[in-house]
Amino acid sequence: MELDKIENILEKYFEATATVAEEETLRAYFSQESVAPHLEQYKPLFQYFSIAKEEKFTKQVPLKPRKNTYKWLSIAAVAVLVFGLYFGYQDYQEQKEAEYAYSETKKALNLLAQNFSRGTEKVAYLNEFEKTKQKIYNNN
Amino acid sequence: MKQSEFLNVVMPFKDKLYRLAKRLLVSTEEAEDATQEILLKLWTKKQVMESYNNVEAFAMTMTKNFCLDRLKSKQAGNLKLVHSNYGDENTSLQKQVEARDSVSLVERIMEELPEQQKLVLQLRDIEQYNFDEIENLLGMKPTAIRVTLSRARKTVREKLMQQHNYGIG
Repeated sequence: MELDKIENILEKYFEATATVAEEETLRAYFSQESVAPHLEQYKPLFQYFSIAKEEKFTKQVPLKPRKNTYKWLSIAAVAVLVFGLYFGYQDYQEQKEAEYAYSETKKALNLLAQNFSRGTEKVAYLNEFEKTKQKIYNNN
Repeated sequence: MKQSEFLNVVMPFKDKLYRLAKRLLVSTEEAEDATQEILLKLWTKKQVMESYNNVEAFAMTMTKNFCLDRLKSKQAGNLKLVHSNYGDENTSLQKQVEARDSVSLVERIMEELPEQQKLVLQLRDIEQYNFDEIENLLGMKPTAIRVTLSRARKTVREKLMQQHNYGIG
């Protein structure tokens, strides 16, 4: 067969001067069942190369979950914060309004009370008038 | 980029990353961790990733650098383990049985090679990258790659022959 050629390529293979195509023929040659006896010793080498290429990475990589929970967690946190601020501010605003209304009402009531007391002062004169009227009636 | 798209990009070469990591780190667990680490790094960079024209080469280079860093920072423990794996062959029956299996012998011989030689041999003879790609991945000159490759192959041959002859004798 082309044993000469194979030997030739093998020589070049170990000098690393063989071309990619030549290495391919070597690989093909050593992958067959029967190899020339004096080349038998190289067989495990090429066998190992083809076996080693079959090894697979089987472990699962947790890609999505970690990233996403963080993302959603931060979104949720921001949402809570915004809501909290919004409602907190609203509450504060309401309280301020209530306080304002209270003070306004107080002012209005004070005004009313003042006016009432002034009214009662005036009514005091009427009392005086009533008294005099009674005196006159009694005298008659 | 959605997860499915990402997986479509990454799936074809994730085994290559793992094999490269395993070649350098030897331990299966270490290699799995390293591969996972690289994939997660890629995942976080997925926006940038779309602009790379060759994601595979990028990922391979990343894996290479990651593993080399790992080895550098590693307590010498890992390396010691590798040597003892090979050294005490005669003491354990298990090892003796394995040694007869020439295919796994090649694997152990490769564990002994220096890192550069491991890398070149892995990329050329196992993953069958062509020389241009290897140049790119390792950032080495073509002649340097040829020299390293030749040395690696010859070392493997030599050790294989030694073992072979012991087996007969």
